[in-house]
Amino acid sequence: MKADPAGVLTGSHYLDGDFACGEGAMAAGCRFVAGYPITPSTEVVERISRRFPTLGGTFIQMEDELASMAAVVGAAWTGSKTMTVTSGPGFSLMMENIGLAAMMETPCVVVNVQRGGPSTGLPTMVGQGDVMQARWGSHGDYEVIALSPQSPQEAFDLTIDAFNLAEIYRVPVMFLMDECVGHMTEKVVIPEAEAIEIEPRRLTEKSPESFDPYQVEEGQLPEFARAGDGYRFHTTGLTHDEHGYPEMSVECQEVNVSRLVGKIRDNADSIVRFEEEGVEDADVVVVSYGITARVARLAVEEARSQGLKVGFLRLVVIWPFPEKRIRELAGSVGAFVVPEINYGQIALEVERAAAGQAVTWPVHHAGGAVHSPDAITEIIIKAAV
Amino acid sequence: MRYWRDPLDAGQIEAPGGDVHILADRCKGCGFCVEYCPRQVLEMSREFNRKGYHPPEIVDSRACVNCGLCEMICPEFAIFCLELAASTENPSRVLASPGAEAEEAR
Amino acid sequence: MTVSTNPTVGQEMEHPSAPLLRMERIPHVWCPSCGIGTVVKCYATALERSGVDLDKVSVVSGIGCSGRVAGYLKLDGFHTTHGRAIPFATGLKLGRPELLVTVISGDGDLVGIGGNHFIHAARRNLDLLVILINNFIYGMTGGQNAPTTPLGAKSSTMPFGNFETPFNLPHLAASSGASYVARWTCLHIRRLTWSIEEAIGKRGFRFIEAVAPCPTLYARLNKLGSGLDAMRFYHDTAEIRNGADTREVDVSFQSPIICGKFVDEERPTFLDLMHDHYSNRLGDGYVPMPPEGGMLHER
Repeated sequence: MKADPAGVLTGSHYLDGDFACGEGAMAAGCRFVAGYPITPSTEVVERISRRFPTLGGTFIQMEDELASMAAVVGAAWTGSKTMTVTSGPGFSLMMENIGLAAMMETPCVVVNVQRGGPSTGLPTMVGQGDVMQARWGSHGDYEVIALSPQSPQEAFDLTIDAFNLAEIYRVPVMFLMDECVGHMTEKVVIPEAEAIEIEPRRLTEKSPESFDPYQVEEGQLPEFARAGDGYRFHTTGLTHDEHGYPEMSVECQEVNVSRLVGKIRDNADSIVRFEEEGVEDADVVVVSYGITARVARLAVEEARSQGLKVGFLRLVVIWPFPEKRIRELAGSVGAFVVPEINYGQIALEVERAAAGQAVTWPVHHAGGAVHSPDAITEIIIKAAV
Repeated sequence: MRYWRDPLDAGQIEAPGGDVHILADRCKGCGFCVEYCPRQVLEMSREFNRKGYHPPEIVDSRACVNCGLCEMICPEFAIFCLELAASTENPSRVLASPGAEAEEAR
Repeated sequence: MTVSTNPTVGQEMEHPSAPLLRMERIPHVWCPSCGIGTVVKCYATALERSGVDLDKVSVVSGIGCSGRVAGYLKLDGFHTTHGRAIPFATGLKLGRPELLVTVISGDGDLVGIGGNHFIHAARRNLDLLVILINNFIYGMTGGQNAPTTPLGAKSSTMPFGNFETPFNLPHLAASSGASYVARWTCLHIRRLTWSIEEAIGKRGFRFIEAVAPCPTLYARLNKLGSGLDAMRFYHDTAEIRNGADTREVDVSFQSPIICGKFVDEERPTFLDLMHDHYSNRLGDGYVPMPPEGGMLHER
């Protein structure tokens, strides 16, 4: 379906990434947001709280991030598209209820504008250290989807994609911005509502008598009923059978977990998204994402100007990770260089996917600033030798 | 709970009759219904149900006034009371002494 | 009498509350002579009497013994994470304002791990009916100390008796801004049912504490006998003091439990205040969320 024009601020704007993310959410049909203030993410909800009263949305500033995430999961069960917004410390607090969203198969979006960590770390300064947490942060086995924008324009565009993916796969989608993209102001073009494709919440057409909340007939997803429509369904964070009733058994656990994992892993090819350039005949491929991708591009150009064959691959979707593509490339390139503002997270994935066929060179940065392009170029040169 | 005298119209009030149903296999034998039945309709059975608990049994069905206390207090949804059609089995159910209201804490 | 008193004879008639219960899940998980089932019966009866559209009723529970309540009521039911029933319910209510959202959970869940949400939901006067089943202990995990365990009472983590001051729950709710506050024990079946029915008909943050026996842990660790003994204790000692000053209704170990309706004052709810405020500030520009929610329908 097309976007509701009420939420779409069509035109050319000069927005920072946080505002653009908020606009993306409203364009995507998000009508419930719960959040708790935390730097550097707060501008997202500031934007939303100003616009929501004019388009039928409700924003509530909850008492903490545990409550914010719980409210977002609750509201998602009314059929609303829902989102919360936070940064590192708040992201940690949300983890238990992100697991609840995964277990209940609740579509929702969690925005994390990453700052330097651990702990309170660098509240106002950039980091990319929550990448593994986004994937593994809640206990137990489940899969999520995570996207990472490199610009305010992408903060807008990918937020819409995040909502659509949440609907398609009934998962919490992690929107991994970083402080630089969040606070960087650039031109953002918001198209007409007619040009924005929205994935609606698909409600079951079964009668309440024949509906079971976790019965899977086709594909890997159960049908969705929302609270208040007479289905009188039950859902739980416990391991549950197709009726949504707790069922403490090895068999039921297998059914639950294999579906939570399988619905993403089996569809990874259609979810994975990356941009690559000059990788076909490259000796070295630089893999990066978010703000670091923009810095890395300068390093790639510099290395090329020195005569090196350097390719560039930018992750747009971080989770699921494009391991197939990395494995293919590993067969033809000598090395991967992975700059990221952490001490090696995606680098581990690249190394795993390369499976010994190519060397992986991480370019660490503890956070607080972006890499110097020279630091990346230096590693590219080393890797190319 | 005792009234200091019978109400003046006690002789004219026809108390309803109740038909107590016990879903014995659901019972966990807490004894709440037996203890608090204001008309002493129930006693704990000496028999065991399928789960090994002693369910209540009806010892004085005619005394039941369908107050519903047993149904309300049962934590197991294992007992309930339906109103008997008037003057079928119990032609003269005039209360000798009131007290049909559930006796709760003061 | 047509009913057989022979316990082994079949059960030809179903319980009158069956339409409101998930009968296929009965017998429930609660111990013999636990009071939670009685509170569920009182809630189900109150709902029926209130005449509300049951399709619009959601029940949210957290974790623990009382956390299982949502799983036995034949309503839209949500068994959430530990302590987060109230914020989850907040999302449900604000996401679809026409819903009647009830939170039924335990003392450890709602005022232990979830205490922050409890006071803030009361402060906001959110349209939630909160029924807290208080058994003075963490039952599901084996009888650990709760924020409601009376001074001196033993628990598995206070084996020499509790030395922490417990919450006075009606006072906590009232001073945080709840618009309706009552406390009953699960012996007070009719008053508890009336109270729930009355609270269903009201708006804002409505808090009802239902004191229930925990025979397996609280009573056993404190040598208080069975659930029936707890009921006898309520019978012999509980005092009804409607309108009592909530500062004076704290619970000491085996002291008389003061019951009654303590607060009943209507004041604007979160949604009332939000609607009024935005209407004043934004005039015709204000577009409230429709009662059926902010869902996008296929066009």
